[in-house]
Order: sequence, then structure tokens, then C-alpha cells
Amino acid sequence: MYDVIIIGSGVIGAAVARELSKYDLKVAVLEKSSDAANGGSTKANSGIVHAGYDAKEGSLKAKLNVLGNKMYDELCSQMDVKFKRNGSLVIAFDDEEVKEVKKLYERGIKNGVEGLEIWDRERILKEEPNINKTVISALYAPTAGIVSPFEFAIALSEVANSNGVEFKFNTCVKNIYKENDIFVIETNNGIYNSKFIVNAAGIHSDEINDMLHGEKFKILPRRGEYCLYDKVCGDLVNMTIFQTPTEKGKGILVSPTIHGNMFVGPNAVDIDEREDVSTTQDGLDEVLQGAKKSVSSISSRNIITSFTGIRSRTDKDDFIINVPERGAVNAAGIESPGLSSSPAIAVMVLQLLKKEGLSLVKNNNFNPYRKNTKLFLEMNEEEREAALKTNPSYGRIICRCESITEGDIINAIKRPIGAKTIDGVKKRVRAGMGRCQGGFCMPRVLDILSRELGIPKEAVEKSDVGSFILTGKTK
Amino acid sequence: MKRELVIIGGGPAGLAAAVEAHNNGINDILILERDKNLGGILQQCIHNGFGLHIFGEQLTGPEYSERFIKKVNELNIEYMLDTMVLNIDSSRKITALTPKTGVFEIEAGAVVLAMGCRERTRGALNIPGSRPSGILTAGAAQRFVNMEGYMVGKKVVILGSGDIGLIMARRMTLEGAEVKMVLEIMPYSTGLKRNIAQCLVDYDIPLYFNHTVVNIHGKNRLEGVTVAEVDEYRKPIAGTEKYVECDTLLLSVGLIPENELSKGAGIEISGITSGPVVDESMQTSVEGIFACGNVVHVHDLVDFVTQESYLAGKGAAKFIKGELSKSKKVISTLGENGIRYVVPQKINPDNVDDSVNFFMRVDNVYKNVFIEVLSEGKTVLKVKRPVVSPGEMENIKIKREILENINFNKLIFSLKEA
Repeated sequence: MYDVIIIGSGVIGAAVARELSKYDLKVAVLEKSSDAANGGSTKANSGIVHAGYDAKEGSLKAKLNVLGNKMYDELCSQMDVKFKRNGSLVIAFDDEEVKEVKKLYERGIKNGVEGLEIWDRERILKEEPNINKTVISALYAPTAGIVSPFEFAIALSEVANSNGVEFKFNTCVKNIYKENDIFVIETNNGIYNSKFIVNAAGIHSDEINDMLHGEKFKILPRRGEYCLYDKVCGDLVNMTIFQTPTEKGKGILVSPTIHGNMFVGPNAVDIDEREDVSTTQDGLDEVLQGAKKSVSSISSRNIITSFTGIRSRTDKDDFIINVPERGAVNAAGIESPGLSSSPAIAVMVLQLLKKEGLSLVKNNNFNPYRKNTKLFLEMNEEEREAALKTNPSYGRIICRCESITEGDIINAIKRPIGAKTIDGVKKRVRAGMGRCQGGFCMPRVLDILSRELGIPKEAVEKSDVGSFILTGKTK
Repeated sequence: MKRELVIIGGGPAGLAAAVEAHNNGINDILILERDKNLGGILQQCIHNGFGLHIFGEQLTGPEYSERFIKKVNELNIEYMLDTMVLNIDSSRKITALTPKTGVFEIEAGAVVLAMGCRERTRGALNIPGSRPSGILTAGAAQRFVNMEGYMVGKKVVILGSGDIGLIMARRMTLEGAEVKMVLEIMPYSTGLKRNIAQCLVDYDIPLYFNHTVVNIHGKNRLEGVTVAEVDEYRKPIAGTEKYVECDTLLLSVGLIPENELSKGAGIEISGITSGPVVDESMQTSVEGIFACGNVVHVHDLVDFVTQESYLAGKGAAKFIKGELSKSKKVISTLGENGIRYVVPQKINPDNVDDSVNFFMRVDNVYKNVFIEVLSEGKTVLKVKRPVVSPGEMENIKIKREILENINFNKLIFSLKEA
């Protein structure tokens, strides 16, 4: 019997799990995918920690974005997750857009965003000389930042797990009902009982809400395609460059990533199939054309990969954070600025759980820090020597593009909720994330996974069940 | 530590350079190799066809490299395996990493870059669709099949008719897989003619020119691809799309010289070859740093890699001994009118022994042509070719006397109808 079961291990489920692990509770996270931060929206989004001027004043989006943004410094420093307040610009090219930028400035002030400034052309081009010269004005937000969404979510999950939260992967919720005031959760992996439930099921949160008999809403999945560039393009812009938003969203942005790549995207295409993360030629063309509006020198040269993310948009305007049924809390419809808001959403979910009767007794052993997170080449000399002594394989580079050693990969496998798949290694330590996209290291990573997990090579998968790489031995 | 000559990469290029530097009087040589054995990519090329030019016989990849490994051992040339170079600077200081000692530095009298090349990936092509498993570069598949003894799929489509793709079409067929087709976006193959005959024609595997993959299907494992014909601008022609069921897509869509280290040292890189600009001694734009093999430009025959690497080894030896002339006369080479590039790009005739073998690639298939070498509008040399194609590297030898008599500082290589 669990005190709380969280459905979904995206960034919201992870943040809630970490928040709950501060208390003496028996908590589990049920995730239908094979890993944390591996499905839906957390796996693929812009990785922007927004300043908070976009959402309408008074909305949950506005409030939680500004609150969440402020929580990032401490959280990331505790968990040793790379995070940088690189600032953002919303750029305007005509009078209409200038008006819109002014509106955003005023809204930002009302939302409590600090440090906002309106810049003129000269200032913009001084700071960002590669932006098209026809720019007129821009909204500058110094508090905007960049983070790797899956590194952040995995770190939250790790901290939760180290503090006692269980994670059940490949576990898909089929049905929920109440028996004697206890939730009975039927999954493909057996039945779970819990006193409380948190619905953090992302693009499937409407289905879980239906199982909890909540007030109806519907996920209207919307695809966003991205192109990621080689690190040689990493200096093209320093800040995250937004275009003036339209009703379809914040538009196509150009931004550095926290690891020194550059990326462009997303477009916004409504789709029927919520799991459909394929890219399309039209979409990729649209993204490139759109990015050129901000920085005309962008081309398809030096693209190292492209991908699609799915937004958990709903037929409501705002995040849906409510109580669908006694003892259950929805954290649903978390589209942008969901990543930015996630730490604050977790706090709000806890308040609602408390109201529903969850008793919160402090876990005095709660440890917010992650241990042993540094990659070999990020260590200082002393740390390197110590690492090599415990495991000489720290001296063997496996991923040459990102300079990731075998020791780093073994660490990623052996950590709390460690990597079990090729993509799991990639998301934790970036092996295969570089310009050769695993062409060189994938067979080697597969070997290491097989050895460290004690499974046959044929059983090593790229990501979810069924994504095997090898089909058998040769003749 | 200090070493006279450090060679980065223990594949065919690095091995040949080491042997030749030793033959030219250099004893203090260190080869740094990232893999667990010498030989480089040849170790996974278990088919034959290597060595016709150098040894006059057909060898497999491992047999070819074994001949050089043997020599390296006989000459007591030192090498470090499992060692990755992290950085080289323009003063030839090398930073490397190895499990035994961790990060270490070497000050080198001269350096030979022999890091080879890597394969282009799906990402670089930006093929749309889903991202399931079952999509590999042909080289990665070759490693699994030949080195580790595992199959990567049962129903295979191969995109690109590069040599590794062609070789893998045959290899996968012999291992019981069904290779459905090889697709080539260009109207000609970038692979060797002999490989098309021996790997596709002999096994009834169709090769479709002007075709590419326009969509990828399957959530977890690849389930199929959509293929389409392309127009003369390589854009898919609407209405020609066809779904092909497969669980494996192998990519053989080009090789890229691996020059991240070279760029770090500030070496000038050619925009066409993606490799360092080199002179007759295979010296790069940074003094004392030489380069050879696929790191300079992608070869189709290892024999030419070996030839080029002998030059680099000899050049490095001369540099160390202070015998490399720095005279001011430098001739630049240039490809024109159908010739995409010429290597070496710069010639100092004083450093040429007998002749220079110029390597070049054409930009299309041409029949009945002359490769003409011109200086100041005058023909220096003219060689007839019944057919030239981008898949087969051309080479032309020019004697030292001819180079010495060139007054103009440019040598132009050009195609002319016969």
C-alpha cells in the first residue's frame, strides 16, 4: 500500500516525486515508458526556463512560471545540473510587433518578472550581431535561462529515488477505481494500491482524469519540430531569440543549448495521434524558414539531428491543477511554460494533497544533493586521479564527439534509476549526442550496457520495449 | 614527455607513416591509437581487394594491416593503444587520455595526423520520419557483423551506394538477410565499379539511381521506409513515393575526414575535401604537423592511402632532421571544369624526389575526356581517360623536372572533351 502514487515520470512527475520525498511517505512513480523523462513532452522541448512575461496575468501559467523560474538556481546547484541564465530577447520587425513587444513588457511587469528592458536596434545588434539588421526593437529578459529538460527531470527523479521514492517503468495504467477509500490502480504490471494519486501523465493526462472522474478536458496534441546544430554553430547567438508570439504560440526560436550546441524550432502543428513524434519534410522546412526570419545566415548545413516534441495542450487555456476526485490531484495540460513552472507546480500539488488529507511528516534524512555527478573530463586533477584509481575505465573515451569515457557511462548505468538503454545513456551523459550521433560509440555503449546489466547483447534496446538493435548471432 | 615524432592514429595511414619515418632515420616514434589494437577500420573489412597496387596481390583488410603491424613491431616502433588524443596545439603539444595514466602531455618534434574519417549520419541528411532502432551507418553494421558476430536485421534497405554500403549489401545477404534495394540519390554511384558488380549484380540486388528515402516509419523498431524518385535538383518527385517494408536501414551516404583535432591546432582546412590543405610532403599549414590518409581526403583504395602516408612519414623525418626546404617557390594546384579538388594543394619543387602523384576527384561521370594540366594557359600534361566518375579517385604523376620548369605559381587541372 502506497501513500501516494504518481502517474507519469516526466518533469512534473519527477518534481512532485522529489517534493514528496522530503516527507515520511511511501511513494511510487508509475511510468509506461522504459525510463524517466522518456516520453511525451519532457523528452523533447526547447529546454528554456522562461522569464514569465508570456502568460496572462493572474493565470496559473503566469504565477507558477515566475515562481518556478526563481527556484532553478538552488535546485540545479543542489543537483549539479547545468543551468545558465543566458537571457532572452523577443524581437520585433514591424510596428505591429513593436506594439506586441510593449504589451509583453507590461504584462511581464504585472506578472512580477524582474529586470525586463526594451532594447533598440543598436543595443540588440551590439549584443547579438547575427540577428537580422532589420530588427527594430526587442524585449530583453535577463532571468530567462537554458537547461537540458531530461537532465533536469532525471536529476529530480534521482534525488526522489535516493530519498525513497520507487520508480516502476514499463508500467502503464489501465484502470483506476476506489475500494474502501483506497485507490486500486490496474496496470500491465500488476495492481497497485494507494491512498492518494497524482496525475502527471502529460499527453495522456486527460485519460487518467477520466479514470478519476474529473471534470472533462481533452488533450489536443500539437507537434513541434526542431533542428539541432553542431557545436561549431554554438556561438551564433548568446541569448534565446524569440519572435513576436502569435496565437499559435511563441513561434520559432533560435537558441544556444546548455551544452554549447545551437537549435532552432519549434513549429506548431495540430496532430491526431498523440504519440506521433515523427518529423516531416514540410515541418523541417518551415522551422528553417522561420528561423531565418531572426537570423538569416541559418541553413541546413551543420544540422546534426532533428526531432519532434509533443505539447500537452488542452481545450482549456491554463494549466489544469485541481482535484478531480477526493484524494487525487491533477497536474495536467502542462504545456509551455511547464518546464519552467515544474518546481512550483510540485509545491502547489503538495498543498492540494495536504488539503486532501495527506499528512506530511518531515523526512529528517532528506538529502537534496546528488553525489558523483561529474564527467571525467570535467573533474579537477585530484578528482581524476581518484576516479582512475577506483575505475581505470575513466581513462577510456567511448564517445569521441562529446569526450565521454567508459567510466562516465558505467556511472550513468549504476546511478540511482540508472540507464538501461542506449538512449538512457545518451540522455544522462550525452554519449551519442554529438556530431556523429552514435555512429562511432553506439556499438561500444551497447557492449557496456550488456556487460554492466548482465544481459545478452540482443536484449539491449535503444529505448522502449521492442527497440532492439541486434537480431541474433551471425551464421 | 618529449618525443621526436608522434603519429595520431594507428590505422593504415599512421602505420605506413611510422614505418617510412623510421626508414628515413627517425627512431623516436610514438603512435597513439584509440582502439584496443592497431589496424584501424581495416580490421572490420574482412573482404578482399586490398593491396593490388602496393603488394600486387589481393588481401583482406586485416591481412593488409597485419603486414604493416608486423613491420612496426620488427622496427620496435612504440605505440600506445586505448589512448585518445584530446587536443593538439600549434606548438605541437599533444594532450591525450589513457586508462593507465589518465591525462598526459607530449611535446612532439613533429606530428603526423592520421585520424581517418567518419560516416555521415541520418541527422546530417535530415531525413524526416520517426526515430526507431534499426537505422545504422553501414560501418557500424559492419562492426557488429564482422567484429562482434551479431546481425543487425533481416529485411534491409541501403541508402547510398558508397563502398561500405555495397560491401554490406553482400555481407548481409551472405548472412541470410534479405537486402531489398540500394538507393542512390545521384544518377551515378559513389562506389567502385568492381563493388557494384561483385556485391550487387552477382546477388541480384537492385540499385536505383535518382532515388532516396523520404520518410521513416515505426515507433520502436523500424517497420518500413518511403522511397521516392528525385529530380535533377535532388528533390523528391511527388507521386513517385513507394512504401518498402524493412526492419533495417543502412546508410552509406558519405565519409567526412575527422578534423576536430586539426581545427583545434589552427590548421587550414579545405572547404572541398574537409581535410587539411597539404603540400608535396603532406605538411599542413602548421609547421611540423603533417597529415595523410582519409583525414586529408576520402580515398577509395587503401593502397593510395599508403602511398600518401609514406610521403608524410618521409616529410616528417626530413622536417625533424632540418632537411625540408623552405624555399619561396610554391606552386598552388587548383581543380577546374569538372575537377572538384586536387591534393596536394601546394608544391615546393625543391622537396620533390622524383615526381608528385596528384590525386583528384571529378564532379560527375564524363566519358572520353582528357585530364589536362595547365600552367599559364599552356598545357603541361594531358592524359586520356575513357571514363571518369566521382566514385573513383584519379591520379596523375608529374615529374620534378616539369614542376621545376613551371614559372607561374598556379597549376590548373581541368577536364576537356577528347
